[in-house]
Amino acid sequence: MAGLSAEIWQSVFLTLKLATFATLILLALGTPLAWWLARSKSLWKEALAAIVAMPLVLPPTVLGFYLLVVLGPQGPGGALASLWGARTLAFSFTGLVIGSVLFSLPFVVQPIRNAFEAIGDRPLEVAATLRASPWRVFWTVAVPLASPGFLTGAILGFAHTVGEFGVVLMIGGNIPGETKVLSVVIFDYVETSQWTQAHLLSAGMVVFSFCVVLAMMLIEKRMMRRAS
Amino acid sequence: MSATIKVHLAGQLGQFALNAAFEVPARGVTALFGPSGCGKTSVLRGVAGLLHLRDGYCSIAGDVWQDAHHFRPVHQRALGYVFQESSLFAHLSVRGNLLYGAPKQAQDHVIRFDDVVALLGLATFLDRAPETLSGGERQRVAMGRALLSQPKILLMDEPLSALDRLTKDEILPFLERLHESLAIPVLYVSHDMSEVERLADHLVLMRAGQVMASGPLSALQSDPSLPLVSSQEAAVSLDARVEAYDAQDGMAALAVAGGRFLVPSAPLQIRASQRLRVLAGDVSLALAEPNESTIVNVLRAKILSVQESGAHQMVVVLGLGEDGQGARLLSRVTARSWRLLGLMQGMSVYAQVKGAALVRKAAPPRS
Repeated sequence: MAGLSAEIWQSVFLTLKLATFATLILLALGTPLAWWLARSKSLWKEALAAIVAMPLVLPPTVLGFYLLVVLGPQGPGGALASLWGARTLAFSFTGLVIGSVLFSLPFVVQPIRNAFEAIGDRPLEVAATLRASPWRVFWTVAVPLASPGFLTGAILGFAHTVGEFGVVLMIGGNIPGETKVLSVVIFDYVETSQWTQAHLLSAGMVVFSFCVVLAMMLIEKRMMRRAS
Repeated sequence: MSATIKVHLAGQLGQFALNAAFEVPARGVTALFGPSGCGKTSVLRGVAGLLHLRDGYCSIAGDVWQDAHHFRPVHQRALGYVFQESSLFAHLSVRGNLLYGAPKQAQDHVIRFDDVVALLGLATFLDRAPETLSGGERQRVAMGRALLSQPKILLMDEPLSALDRLTKDEILPFLERLHESLAIPVLYVSHDMSEVERLADHLVLMRAGQVMASGPLSALQSDPSLPLVSSQEAAVSLDARVEAYDAQDGMAALAVAGGRFLVPSAPLQIRASQRLRVLAGDVSLALAEPNESTIVNVLRAKILSVQESGAHQMVVVLGLGEDGQGARLLSRVTARSWRLLGLMQGMSVYAQVKGAALVRKAAPPRS
């Protein structure tokens, strides 16, 4: 029993670590992307938006399969891994982070893009007429006014990474402490008929998800109030 | 270095062709006036750099902001812009909004925070959120915010048009006070002639993307070649100086170039600057000085020109004084009277002014 709960804690810790890394990278990557999608007049922007949104409709196994090809020894991921002496990026924590970022990108980019678009041109123009450089406009006007979008995006990205299963199984497998996240652990428990453990973890996930959705709704409500 | 605002902006904006050029003194209030959709706002945005027209020239008192080779970005232009809606930053308090564009070093403030707060009556709501303010209060904060960025020119895009009548009357005195106490030139977009008559010193008359005329307000108001004279509301604004005040009758004597008006008024300070508005319909003409009449203001004037206006009506441009060299006045008379009195261009007449109103009201209450 003690061994089992150690395994559970290990996977919980690993899952939170993965979700934290992925969320930070998603914010760093998603913010400029969302800004460009919200502000650009380029014809290419909807094409890029569609690519970003693809993981919403693609089966996780398909995404996982291509990631496996790209991250594997024969792909660019493998070439990159050879720089530090590894053979492949697949079946590693790094590979899992890359996969999670791609898989959760639309959940982060979309709310931030919507929030940027909701600001409109006017506050940005006002700031420019008050001598603010584009850089200062972005950080002192655009980001604060879009903060509900950032919060929503971060929560969704985090929660979505915690809950992913298909992509993880395809590119991460089942290495305890390295790639064996919560959802995989639950799957294992069910496979081996350890229902008590499966119940424990699943109930925990239900509570977690409830909190996430509730938080999102409260944020949205606040955002609506501010907009009116 | 010439102290003028020189603007020439041309370009295609969708279906609309803009080709507007004017040069006005870099002092006082210049109104860009014309019907909706004539390109006034585009000109203002072009001056600010918010609209980048490739064929453009813009210089403010010798400082070139745009020419064939250079286009200075908006945030490097020393301007203050007041938009139609106040557009305060929702995430900052009133104080935060006011200070957003203010230089960090207090010694760089020619226009000081405390003065702006007093001038615009903002003291009571400095720490409130913009969404708790009324429309008029928000627009005052927006003006203060623009002023505190220490602009060399203030651009105002119909700052009153989104407000109701009462709120407008609440703000206009603040604008007038701004005009009197600050030396910054103002470009003021409006389609409301009563605002222009109250505030403007110079006028740029626009129609369909082009400038029809520009010059001192009263000169354009009385220019018979422009459509202003034939409007039903045709009027002239006269800059006047208070000469005397009779508290017993509640009348003020005001001197204008070539004449003197007596108008009912609240107590006024001697030598204060005032502005009179005289409607063309309130001025009638006589060949001899009327002896007994309830009309107080009868002034010598010379007929400078005449213009038919609608059916059986004439608009007469008068120059005050015996030589006609004084301020201009408009008079609307019937074609019949014109014929029966045998009036002619160049004749000396008596202008009987039924009503002359002070357009600048008493100083606003400070809150």
